[in-house]
Amino acid sequence: MVVPGMDRSDVLFLYRQMLLIRRFEEKSAEMYALAKIAGFLHLYIGEEAVAVGAIAALRPDDYAISAYRDHGHCLARGSDPGHVMAELFGKATGLCQGKGGSMHLVDAPRRFMGGYAIVGGHIPLATGLAFATKYQKLDLVTVCFFGEGAIPSGQAHEALNLAALWKLPVVFICENNRYGMGTPAERAIALYAGVAETARSYGIMAERVDGMDVLAVRDVMRKVVEQVRAGQGAFFIEAMTYRFLGHSMSDPAHGHYRTKEEVEDHRKRDPLLMLKETILSNNLGAETDFIQLEREVGEVVTSAVKFADESPFPTPSALHTHVMREE
Amino acid sequence: MLLSYREALNQAMREEMRRNSRIFLIGEEVGYYQGAFKVSKGFVEEFGPQRVVDTPITEAGFTGLAIGAAMAGLHPIVELMTMNFGILALDQIVNNAAKIHYMSGGQLSVPLVIRGPGSAAHQLGAQHSQSLEAWFCHVPGLKVIAPATPHDAKGLLKSAIRDNNPVIFIEAQLLYGTKGDVGDGEYTIPIGVAEVKRVGRDATIVAYSKMLLLTLEAAEQLSREDIEVEVIDPRTLKPLDLATIVASVKKTGHLVIVEEGWRFCGLGAQIAESVYAAAFDYLDAPIQRVTGEDVPMPYSRPLEDAAIPDKARVIEAVKALCGAQ
Repeated sequence: MVVPGMDRSDVLFLYRQMLLIRRFEEKSAEMYALAKIAGFLHLYIGEEAVAVGAIAALRPDDYAISAYRDHGHCLARGSDPGHVMAELFGKATGLCQGKGGSMHLVDAPRRFMGGYAIVGGHIPLATGLAFATKYQKLDLVTVCFFGEGAIPSGQAHEALNLAALWKLPVVFICENNRYGMGTPAERAIALYAGVAETARSYGIMAERVDGMDVLAVRDVMRKVVEQVRAGQGAFFIEAMTYRFLGHSMSDPAHGHYRTKEEVEDHRKRDPLLMLKETILSNNLGAETDFIQLEREVGEVVTSAVKFADESPFPTPSALHTHVMREE
Repeated sequence: MLLSYREALNQAMREEMRRNSRIFLIGEEVGYYQGAFKVSKGFVEEFGPQRVVDTPITEAGFTGLAIGAAMAGLHPIVELMTMNFGILALDQIVNNAAKIHYMSGGQLSVPLVIRGPGSAAHQLGAQHSQSLEAWFCHVPGLKVIAPATPHDAKGLLKSAIRDNNPVIFIEAQLLYGTKGDVGDGEYTIPIGVAEVKRVGRDATIVAYSKMLLLTLEAAEQLSREDIEVEVIDPRTLKPLDLATIVASVKKTGHLVIVEEGWRFCGLGAQIAESVYAAAFDYLDAPIQRVTGEDVPMPYSRPLEDAAIPDKARVIEAVKALCGAQ
């Protein structure tokens, strides 16, 4: 039986992408503990299916932009893990030459237009990317990732209104992981039970998707991206997801605002486990494939750390470059 | 050719938009209304609504949109109906426009002009009368321009539009109707170059935007009392042409800085610090600052007049400095 989108190489690719993010993030936590990485570090563990599923539906020339929990989107877009890790290390070989850091990854050749750390502040930028492609009559789509914590922000509302008003080719993906730092959605968002209503109230089509199911995310995105590319205006996706670890490295996985049991419950729906079960039950892969993928990804992450570790720090002369574009 | 400041800005944008289709104008009432202050008169008719984009009242949203469009290769001109409304877009200006080139290690850039009237007009009240240039000058990654004459406005706006960085271009409501000679044909004025607007020997006055006009009147009056002041208009506030100011101070030995903005942490404080560091030994007396009062702008006319520098205060400062009666 051939199910569309259930081709062996496709599903193993999705699994590999999620596995890469998972192992990369675990390694980042380890490097943080060793003080190789400093500052704020927000890990994407548990949410991998959203970035991987959504980005799998894009063309290489489409734009993607994210908030501060951005490693997953950057890696899913195809950025070199060594250059991403080097950026987290603050090295000269980092994606942004050490000037951005974990929250501000940018990979312009891969159309990853950045991670931004003011909640809601990058959503207008996404409408601008979409405005530019429409202005130039290009058939490109812009995808904008943000957490549900951005929904109550004024800038999100201004951007949604402009996107709807001008029928901009942008897909808003709300990664609803239930908590804005330590505040549950029901204590922050009036329409917490369906944040997609926020978009609908502006006349933007919206859909909710299981953000732990990478195939569901990808399939919804394929449909939505086609529609948006065809000029039907903005779309809003609410991806229900969950972060398995704390908000940042200083926040434990559970304690103040959620119980251990709650986290354990969600871990049962780990996006990697779910896809693995689907692959095995559909005979699209075998245990040996997963062993092989673990080995490959493990090597990629190990060499990313090695590259980052052996890379030089920026020289003091870099301090004043890039403040202004010179030419 | 005698043009108003408003017409000079209109010409600058029109010429640039004709030569580069990536440039578009966006803001409240810029299109069918012809601009709140009629700076974009005739634009929507010539360039169409795709390039002259009327927005809802949503400064953070459309400024952010323009920054995003600039990241994707367009060259937006954002018109803020007044610079006061830029406060609503400060997150976009400070956190995004000014930093994206740096944070991305030079991968992305934001070629963008944000322009509109700053400073007080007449009795517009506290929320519509602010001179916020010091705020913008404080932020690395922004260029800030505040021209006083139609000639400078045209040449500098064209340079701002051709620049590949975010540029804050501050006009003034009370300047829009002022007239001046604007050369025929196309020209640009380089960003970061001051101009000596009047040559003198006894004291140097640095003044920009609206304050330049009253400073030149004050200089005229002082001249009748045989005090010859040299008047310098930095025109670009950041990057500041310190060399021209310092050269003048070395000649006159006295410096007065006139600004409409609030005194505390005002632009004049920075200029004074820079001049002290570069030419302390040449100063015959402490630098004098003539500034706006540190109060929210009152509505009542006599109170408003008292809050804004005038000719008499400039004259008084010069005389105090030069030891004249």
